Amino acid sequence: MTALQPPAGPASASGPVPFLSRLHEWVTTVDHKKLGTMYVVTGIVYLIIAGLEATMMRWQLAWPGQEVLTPEEFNRLFTMHGTTMVFFVGMPILLGSANVLIPLMIGARDLAFPRLNAFGFWLFFFGSLLLYFSYFGGQGLYGMGSAPDVGWFAYAPLTERTFSRGHSTDYWILGIFVAGIGSTATGINFIATILGMRCRGMTLMKMPLLVWIMLVDSILIVIALPPLAAAQIMLLFDRMLGAHFFDAQAGGSALLWQNLFWFFGHPEVYILILPGFAFVTEIIPVFSRKVIFGYPLMVAATVAIGFISVGVWVHHMFAVGLSPMLNAIFMGSTMLVGVPTGIKMFNWVGTMIGGKIRFDTPMLYSTGFLCQFLLGGLTGIFLATVPFDWQVSDSYFVVGHFHYVLFGGLVFAILAAVYYWFPKVTGRMMSERMGKWQFWLLLIGFNLTFGPMHVSGMLGMPRRIYTYHLDRGWELWNLLSSIGVLIQLVGFALFAYNLLHSLFKGKEAGDDPWDAWTLEWSTTSPPPAHNFDEDPVVHSRRPLWDLKHPDDPDWKYE
Amino acid sequence: MGILGQVTATAALAHAAAPTPSMFDPVGTPAETILDITWLLIGICGAIGVVMFCLIAFAVLRCRREPGDDREPPQVYGSNPIELAWTVIPLMIVLVLFMVSARGVFELERTSPPEGALEVTVTGHRWWWEFNYEDEGVVTAGELHVPIDDGGVADIYLTVKSADVAHSFWMPQLGPKVDAIPNRVNHLWLQANRPGTFVGQCAEYCGNQHANMLITVIVEPRAEYEAWLANQKQNAVDDIKVRQGRDLFLRTACINCHTVRGTVANGTFAPDLTHLMSRREIGSGVVANTPENLREWVFDPQNIKPGCEMPSMKLTRDEVDLVCAWLETLK
Repeated sequence: MTALQPPAGPASASGPVPFLSRLHEWVTTVDHKKLGTMYVVTGIVYLIIAGLEATMMRWQLAWPGQEVLTPEEFNRLFTMHGTTMVFFVGMPILLGSANVLIPLMIGARDLAFPRLNAFGFWLFFFGSLLLYFSYFGGQGLYGMGSAPDVGWFAYAPLTERTFSRGHSTDYWILGIFVAGIGSTATGINFIATILGMRCRGMTLMKMPLLVWIMLVDSILIVIALPPLAAAQIMLLFDRMLGAHFFDAQAGGSALLWQNLFWFFGHPEVYILILPGFAFVTEIIPVFSRKVIFGYPLMVAATVAIGFISVGVWVHHMFAVGLSPMLNAIFMGSTMLVGVPTGIKMFNWVGTMIGGKIRFDTPMLYSTGFLCQFLLGGLTGIFLATVPFDWQVSDSYFVVGHFHYVLFGGLVFAILAAVYYWFPKVTGRMMSERMGKWQFWLLLIGFNLTFGPMHVSGMLGMPRRIYTYHLDRGWELWNLLSSIGVLIQLVGFALFAYNLLHSLFKGKEAGDDPWDAWTLEWSTTSPPPAHNFDEDPVVHSRRPLWDLKHPDDPDWKYE
Repeated sequence: MGILGQVTATAALAHAAAPTPSMFDPVGTPAETILDITWLLIGICGAIGVVMFCLIAFAVLRCRREPGDDREPPQVYGSNPIELAWTVIPLMIVLVLFMVSARGVFELERTSPPEGALEVTVTGHRWWWEFNYEDEGVVTAGELHVPIDDGGVADIYLTVKSADVAHSFWMPQLGPKVDAIPNRVNHLWLQANRPGTFVGQCAEYCGNQHANMLITVIVEPRAEYEAWLANQKQNAVDDIKVRQGRDLFLRTACINCHTVRGTVANGTFAPDLTHLMSRREIGSGVVANTPENLREWVFDPQNIKPGCEMPSMKLTRDEVDLVCAWLETLK
């Protein structure tokens, strides 16, 4: 322990550390593990908030003609639910887990720019507060508003002052703009770290796949977020300075916003799902006791997804009346992205087959991810097909599809990651028993909620409607969805309890509870501030496998 | 909010005849073409799904660790032929799907009307649809009437516009949807091969009452359609018995937004009321057009469609009765 002491002195003094000192230590920290933990904890808090927002919407829609919510309240809820889930749940959990894991996996002391990292976190944190402040400050001078009610993709000209009075939309713009600057900075930080700070012996092709995926992810962040920031500033000019970029009444273009937003928005969904891929790519081999099948192809598929994902945004706009040629081109590029994604599916399953699988919680959630992401991917091919999309775009089919990808896929992968890396971050195991109960509750609740949405969408139910008539024949499917939410609520309550309980009462984890192979498991749990007592040296993609099997090391075969 | 519950129940009864707007129940070539492509998708993606699920099930059921077995399994690093197979086969599947669907795109996205098609300009407003039969000089709201010959098909070629924000015109049984976008003119080809009443609604979130921006398409035999059209072309009748209500209407701010042909009311912000009583619904489908609902609507639309652009005109109940007595002559 020759490394630097933590900045706040009292941590090393004897006796209990006063609360203010501990708070000071967290607030002023530039340590990647602490910042990562703060990201993930904030993300989980917002997950609960946005989940409760969704619950209220499902209550309203459980039966036709309900009056649980007014239309304004409903419209605000789906706007806040979507915005929160994308920007303040998905983004922080991905940035946070990458924060914790990248330096540990590449054998580095910290990220390349620790203070930039802290800056990024606090921008994100206050950005999220700015958005939620709209519930109090959105009234503005006009006596209109409260939270924004423009949808998470905030289509112009609905966001213009004519149609969105008060300040709620301004809070939406500023909150996400500020958080976006933080994310961009952190993306640059990740790229610099991965390219410049790998330990001795770790060439690019010897990096853990998680680090590869996070590299591509960070590049996408740096490409995709600035166009959104630009579009938001243009919108702010429209609203504050009387510009007319998107103001259709003055000749502005509604399609300009759609193009700019989705040029961000589609890479964004890959930015969100790629970390999910990263988690299961690390977890499946460890619990199948087999090396990942086809590492080079996995790298190639990741890079391919990165490239293709910046060329598919128009598939969100198939119904805006573009020329058949344009529609066909983007249909082709969208279908093409299914190929590298399919390769990943096959390689994960190829890793499992022939293995000796242990179904501990991380593997259970990863298997859930595989099945549900498969379904979400297949309905993605449906939606890529322009004529089918013309029928169901903006319907509940789309809602079902992207929840299968982002909830059944991403959230299940995040849960797998939480159960897998919780011991490393806290030094304690989470309860396996509660974890398994939670898994089955979520599996049933999730599929019951989002499966029926595909049906109601094909039966003509558009998304974002606060009510519907009884005669449309949608009531059964909506009722099933709402019942599913109740089951999920129990699952998530169990998760919250498990997290808190295990934090204080969980059994000691030890350095390497899962018998894993990447560098983070070679240091203590939780790792010391300096991560590794000695600079690690690696010879293969699985340094700990080499250590555990000196007779049969990986580097002979790679 | 008792009123709302009551009128919603009435609306439900009035809607009882309308079918579910299911894409699996197409009534014309565009919707049928889409359904054919859908079946192809279900077949191909279903097959891929079954294969993948079998592989996963095999791994989950047959590749588990036996209790007490601590030896590591053989490490397989990859296989070029196998990986090549699951790169090339999906590529070929994607190619086939692309070719079939691209043909569908070019077929469905027509830039000129089919022969004999009914041409109507549709304008999305917050939160109702305006149908302008420009060739006939007829403007109506919420309900599109379409003629069909015995044993024939009714082609509909819509010019789709928006008066304010982005909307989307979606009739699942008649064909694809297209967005109504301000400063942009879109076209949409729909078709019905039998008479009937079909429902749909706005699919692009457009603000507060997006949920109640419904569409009814009434496909009727040509004779009925001609009768309807002839009636729509008439100006409003001037019935001396309901003069008081008429004057009240013309004196208040109603006329800033509504048109009643044959009077000085020529606003274009809200639905044309010249033949209000020929329509089955009011408030763009939110409730059935019954005398009670009409009175509640005129008294305070915000009770029925909260947030809609029509304010309560602060009329007394007696005044509402007078106005409605006149409105009821607008057949």
